[in-house]
Amino acid sequence: MAEIAVSLWRGKADGNYQLYRVPQRDNQTVLDVVTWVQRNADPTLTYRFACRVGMCGSCAMTVNGRPRWTCRTHTAKVIKNGKLEIGPLANLPIIKDLACDLEPFFEKWQAAKGVFAPRLTRVDAIERIPPSTAPRLAADAAIECINCAVCYAACDTVRWNPDYLGPAALNRAWTLLNDVRDVGQRQRLQAVAAEGGCHACHSHQSCQQHCPNALNPTASIAGLKRHTMTAYLKGELE
Amino acid sequence: MNVRLYILQRGSAALMVPLVLLHLGVIFYASARGLSAADIFARTRGSLFWGSFYAAFVVAAATHAAIGVRSIAAEWTSLRGAALEVLMWSFGLLLAALGFIAVAAVVLA
Amino acid sequence: MNGLWDRQRRGFSRSGHRRDALWLAALLHRLSGLALAAFLPLHFLALALALKGEIALDGFLRWTANPLVKVAEMGLVFFLSVHVLGGIRILLVENLAWFQGQKQLATGALIGALLLALMFLVRAA
Repeated sequence: MAEIAVSLWRGKADGNYQLYRVPQRDNQTVLDVVTWVQRNADPTLTYRFACRVGMCGSCAMTVNGRPRWTCRTHTAKVIKNGKLEIGPLANLPIIKDLACDLEPFFEKWQAAKGVFAPRLTRVDAIERIPPSTAPRLAADAAIECINCAVCYAACDTVRWNPDYLGPAALNRAWTLLNDVRDVGQRQRLQAVAAEGGCHACHSHQSCQQHCPNALNPTASIAGLKRHTMTAYLKGELE
Repeated sequence: MNVRLYILQRGSAALMVPLVLLHLGVIFYASARGLSAADIFARTRGSLFWGSFYAAFVVAAATHAAIGVRSIAAEWTSLRGAALEVLMWSFGLLLAALGFIAVAAVVLA
Repeated sequence: MNGLWDRQRRGFSRSGHRRDALWLAALLHRLSGLALAAFLPLHFLALALALKGEIALDGFLRWTANPLVKVAEMGLVFFLSVHVLGGIRILLVENLAWFQGQKQLATGALIGALLLALMFLVRAA
């Protein structure tokens, strides 16, 4: 039976790769490989997963240098010369082995005001929003983000600029900017127009290239750039 | 990078698109014909057009380059805070000063 | 045996995205801008030779007839062209509604800049 030479990251930031020989199978995903190692070779291996069917984003790791959902990555597609290299997501602190700390990612989500601020309360009648209106179409095009942090891990501006809020947080801010039910727009525009906000983006499009849900944070961030520019020129921003 | 710097950066970029295209034309024209200093001065000395064209170019280029250099320094070096502002302003003012001297040298009699 | 220690490495490999066309386009945009920013003061100083009169500027222009200088000038024309053409794509991306064909446009900007640089060398030689 063919074997894959799998290098898995062990330890924290000062750790290193450890080599395992894993049986190669048909229809095998990278998550299958990691699970095999933990169950058959080394029970001390730490990693994350949940749904294993490409819905939750928990299994995101760096595979051969790129951030991916491991449950949706067939080994046949990524093996190079019988080798695989798997590490935790980039741009985030490593807790242990293949698990990284997502707290900075979610803190930036909050800092970008990626939180819905409703005008109505639960006792009010439900507001009807036609899905075909321009703002709703813009929001819906970007709404399927499940905070897997793949875009954040792929972004060099995140790597080079510690203040940068990142593609996911800004993408969410864009969807809320287009939500007519939301009343937090002034604070949100202020948040994304500050240092480390949308203007730090250089439109590399690494986020768009890697998003497993085919979202386009570059486009969302371009929308934020246009909105903040107009608001600033109108004197609505500090 | 913030909204103000962004507007100045992209604004100066947009302004320079036609300026650069015309300047590329000038480069091609002058180098193909092998223009001498006298040939150049004959075209530029006392010219309100070339004076304003290149003065605008200097202002836009100094703004654009200074902000660009600031971004690169912020991301690729360990400079932070006030040091970045000093770098940006000194580089921008240097380019503007040298640029205006160059324009004056070529346009003023 | 499994669990063999294979190799020690500082940090882990996470730069696969740096082989993507659009990332390389962004890198070229940044490096060309840096090259132009470094060149500009020298360019202005050369033009200021006009203050010393025709002879001083002509002396400099004669120096630029050197083939090595012409090749360097071709490089500058390439940097200027690729920076402005790539920059136009970014201005379009950031100010218009999203459109497809980003990789093609970026490649077009590179090819356009190479053609302009080549044209310069051919005409100026």
